[in-house]
Amino acid sequence: MASVIEETPRESDGVLARLVRPVRWYHLVIALVLLVFPFVSTGFWTVQIAAQTFILGTIALSLMLLAGYGGMVSLSQLTIAGLAGYMVAVFGGASGGLGMFWPPIVAIPLAILIATAFATLVGALSVRTEGIYTIMITLAVGMAFYFFVLQNREIFNAFNGFAGLRPPPVLGINWRQPEYFYFLSLTVAAFGYFLVLYLSRAPFGLALQAVRDNPRRMRALGFNIQAHRIAAHALAGFIAALGGVLMVWLNTQISPGSVGLGPLISILIIAILGGILHPIGPFIGALIFVLLDNFAMQLIGGDRFNTVIGLMFLLIVLFSPDGVLGLWKMARERLKASKKPSADW
Amino acid sequence: MKRLFTKVATAGALALAVGVGPAQADEPIRIGVLATLEGVFAGPGQDGVRGFEMAIDEFGGQVAGRDIRVYRASSDASPDSALRAARRLVESDNVDILIGPLSGAEGIAVKNYAHEQPQVTFLNGSSAAQQTTLENPAENFYRFSTEGVQWQAGLGTYVIEEKGYERVAILAEDYAFPYAQIKGFMTEFCAAGGTVAEKMFVPLETRDYSSVIARMPRDIDAIYVVMGGSDILNFLEQYQQMGGQAPLIGGSISVDQTILSAEGPTRDYLIGTPTSGPIADDWEDERWRAFQDRYREMFPDGLPSPGLFAHAYYVNTLAALTALEEVGGDLSDGHAAFREALNNLELETPTGVISVDHNRQAVADIFITEVASDGEGGLYNRVVGIREGVNQTLGFPEEEFLANGFAERDNPPVEDCQ
Repeated sequence: MASVIEETPRESDGVLARLVRPVRWYHLVIALVLLVFPFVSTGFWTVQIAAQTFILGTIALSLMLLAGYGGMVSLSQLTIAGLAGYMVAVFGGASGGLGMFWPPIVAIPLAILIATAFATLVGALSVRTEGIYTIMITLAVGMAFYFFVLQNREIFNAFNGFAGLRPPPVLGINWRQPEYFYFLSLTVAAFGYFLVLYLSRAPFGLALQAVRDNPRRMRALGFNIQAHRIAAHALAGFIAALGGVLMVWLNTQISPGSVGLGPLISILIIAILGGILHPIGPFIGALIFVLLDNFAMQLIGGDRFNTVIGLMFLLIVLFSPDGVLGLWKMARERLKASKKPSADW
Repeated sequence: MKRLFTKVATAGALALAVGVGPAQADEPIRIGVLATLEGVFAGPGQDGVRGFEMAIDEFGGQVAGRDIRVYRASSDASPDSALRAARRLVESDNVDILIGPLSGAEGIAVKNYAHEQPQVTFLNGSSAAQQTTLENPAENFYRFSTEGVQWQAGLGTYVIEEKGYERVAILAEDYAFPYAQIKGFMTEFCAAGGTVAEKMFVPLETRDYSSVIARMPRDIDAIYVVMGGSDILNFLEQYQQMGGQAPLIGGSISVDQTILSAEGPTRDYLIGTPTSGPIADDWEDERWRAFQDRYREMFPDGLPSPGLFAHAYYVNTLAALTALEEVGGDLSDGHAAFREALNNLELETPTGVISVDHNRQAVADIFITEVASDGEGGLYNRVVGIREGVNQTLGFPEEEFLANGFAERDNPPVEDCQ
């Protein structure tokens, strides 16, 4: 596991210095690329590739938070996101006169609230289990939700689900426009990213990681480990819900297929692929996943494109159990070994 | 075919690297095909692509002297994935014409997307939801294949006149496609004097039918069943075990070849079950036979006979290519001439002449069939009638047909037919 504290801020430093010190040149380059990207690419790349990467990355980020810091692998993160999406449709209204058509200022926070509450509930249910049992119970929750929305007509409109879901025009802006939607997704993704990054060093995050590494000792020290884990589920649920709201706006619709087993597993693949040791992992994983999903068919054509996707995943996981992040780390250590060790690292 | 595949692969790789300007007369025509090649409908999706390839092959990979460049995309039958795939074809591969998708909800999603992309002409694959061309139809979305309501045209009259079934119970899976089929069936059946005792819906993938069977009314002549795959097999087995004896009337996918070839005690029970649909495997017609032979020749690994999906993709692709040929490959002026040609097309197909109405929805022939034994232990669908020129409103004026809205769970209501 990665070291919990990478840099120890010196007490004497001011707030600004503490914020600025970890910033490296490549952070600035990435920020610049992200800001300029929508202006130099087509709508397809802006929305279909980039915005989708941010959205899937945000949902996978919630899994990273649980699995990486809490040691709890939950398969129901997409279910949480899907519930938020469904609630946006139910409260905000969808095409065909379905839903309540409450104003978005009420509907969207309510959707996120309900999804977060549901995540807390799932957390309360699953924290009594460990390891593979957590996976099983969250998978069961996910599948139960899938079959429930598939068969429930009164609330979830069964097989057909809801269509015609678009972001409401706020501030007179049509958020469906590629650039606007890109920045909306980027903002949410960045918010989630920095939130998780901050958490990893905040007392709560440190306690969570300690609970992951040695629950017995933490209990002996007087920590309520169940409460910590449930709180982690709630926080992760909140992040997943944000991603879920964006997800329905991207797809303009939601139906049982959106929360089925396939998408559920995709989120796990994304998180594992990128690496669950750092919050940037899910976003790297999402980028690879989205690119493969869109272009594997053009690389090989015909019916075997899923084989390519599967092989790629296998190779990455085979050579680096920590995903792409692990590869990056290995490469860096090689580089370091060949150079004179610097005090920086 | 090999060459086409390599072309596709290289074209795809090129398209990644090269931005493409507006189409010129000597440039290839870019056609995207979107089918479900993953998940439960992967089999039908493959068959759809076969139909597509047959049409391309018929034109030798060229139309009006311009090469055809094919781009492929796959969905997993969910509208989300269909939309993703359509976006890639339109916004990244810059296709001129998009053919697809496969299933109903996908069709509605792609039609809505067509509104946002007026520069591209969309032709349906095999999706068969009523709303796709009846609710807020897109100017640039054409459907030369028929839909779920149309597929049941003629069946209601047939079961009353030929089979003498005057009172039926309806049992269907609870989603849009069966709603449409029921609408198609009841419209004619009730107008011809039939009555519906009860309408019952079960969720998709139901395993236990005992409560439904217990609720089944006794005073019926037949059960009209709109279910597919394992659902109808499970129902039939349990219905027989519980002593049920009412004959069946099938929806368009209820007694297709996959059901008829399933082993088990259900087989004999199905003999004599009438249904109707856009194709009939065993139609003794030269054009259909020729189409079947060509399918078998091109795809030795394919199905024994081209399915509904292959047929629908074939017909839609054929329409696109025929119209392109007519206008000499002219896609200028926002496809104006091309779309005009599509609007006026009288398309010769293996199942008769097809044209489109003011909503760009096919008017075509529908086949009424009955399950029969081939004498060697096998079952097949024998053609017992053809309903010619079926339009989307089954011959009723649109306003009257849509008086109660689109086909829904409670529409048409049972009360109107008792």
